[in-house]
Amino acid sequence: MRLALAAVLLTTATACVTINIYFPAAAAEKAADRIIEEVWQLQESSRPAAEASDAAEGESKQ
Amino acid sequence: MNIKRWIAVLLLAFSSALAAQGNLEIDSPAIAALKGAMQQRHARLAPLYAAGAVGQAADGTIALRDASSVPLAQRGQVNSLIAAENADRLALYREIARANDHPEWEADVRRTFAQRWIDRAQPGWWVQRGGSWVRK
Repeated sequence: MRLALAAVLLTTATACVTINIYFPAAAAEKAADRIIEEVWQLQESSRPAAEASDAAEGESKQ
Repeated sequence: MNIKRWIAVLLLAFSSALAAQGNLEIDSPAIAALKGAMQQRHARLAPLYAAGAVGQAADGTIALRDASSVPLAQRGQVNSLIAAENADRLALYREIARANDHPEWEADVRRTFAQRWIDRAQPGWWVQRGGSWVRK
């Protein structure tokens, strides 16, 4: 009985390690959404239209 | 008695494994710097997205979709804007994989982002789906 339980525990532990090697797709999606919201500033969804005009100026830094 | 202890250990192992998978680390200084740069650049890119000149490509980058909607004199600037954004996006994917101690996840991170940029693109923007450009 104890041997069987030890086997189960060992299998579970190995399985956990294996799972961690796989890419956590759901967590990645959540992380991506958080970053996209910040970069695109989606919280305050209505950007002032005035900002749109300075795109025509292009990137002065380059 | 002994069995109970085994079960407790088992449950503990499970819960810690689940907790470890809840989130991806995205708070490194390198990631913060890239986010800041991209956020600033977005003010110039957003009108190009809206005009359809630039679209969200299927590979997690942005691409010049319709050069004719950009005046000739500004094409060089738009191209360097796109190049700068793409360099930051690729660096972001790499840094996220590295921050989580799995550099080999870079391609998966990129694939995830590619899908999310397209899903979250605003109405009127162009996105690449199945090899062709679609207006949202």
